[in-house]
Amino acid sequence: MNSLTLVRRICARPSIVFEALTTPQGIAQWWGPDAGPVLLAETDVRSGGRFRVRFRLLDGTEHESTGEYLDVVEPKRLVMSWQWTSGGEPDEAGEVSRIEIDLKRIDSGTEITFTHARLKTDASRASHESGWAGALDKLVRHFSAEGIVDRKIHGSIEELAR
Amino acid sequence: MVYYNERQLDRTFAALVDRTRRAILARLEREQSASVSELAKPFAIKLPAVMKHLDVLDDAGLITRSKAGRIVTVRLRPEPMREALDWLRRYERFWSKSLDRLAAYAETKEADARKKGR
Repeated sequence: MNSLTLVRRICARPSIVFEALTTPQGIAQWWGPDAGPVLLAETDVRSGGRFRVRFRLLDGTEHESTGEYLDVVEPKRLVMSWQWTSGGEPDEAGEVSRIEIDLKRIDSGTEITFTHARLKTDASRASHESGWAGALDKLVRHFSAEGIVDRKIHGSIEELAR
Repeated sequence: MVYYNERQLDRTFAALVDRTRRAILARLEREQSASVSELAKPFAIKLPAVMKHLDVLDDAGLITRSKAGRIVTVRLRPEPMREALDWLRRYERFWSKSLDRLAAYAETKEADARKKGR
């Protein structure tokens, strides 16, 4: 089982961050791995409600993910299930993962802790069984020498391989 | 996402599944280059078996072999490994970029709210 956790500090109050996370207008501004557009965003923000987000990458491909809000505590916490329904990662078709977002009020605004858990692909399972994630980890040093990968990434690879 | 050459990823990971091949790659990473006979020395397997492992690594694009006279020199070729690392990190990139934009958007909204005195 893999999980990924990211922590960010945002100079905005939790209610504003929560709104950005949950409204279609907000989601349209940030969702996706590159600067391609969000094509559709629907949210029904309550426990048992669903969301759907469709976006286009700069390479022209379109991807859609959906899920269910499992826990909604405005403006502190958001838990949702998540899966690809179109495009995405072909080896994860039908796999449901889980996103947990916690917002903590801090002096400068909000600390957001974002966790994407249960990322269990065939390849990630294989990484445990065969140990190639460990092999990659060792070889990271090679890239470091070339300035391609820094130490932060080294840490995250260990995290993913766990 | 569709950033990745799936066939290349399959070859890379298939090559990395084997312990002997990982040991060969780790050694090349340390020593930059080595001859085939030097590579074979630490292993309790015969030279032809080592050659087979090198073929797999070569097919996956993870090493290059160059011949000078009777000596074949093997070198690490890191590009497919880099792509494999990127693949492992794909969700980190997805959400990291998303959260960067989320932060920028929320901070703009915060500034707007303050301007309006809220």
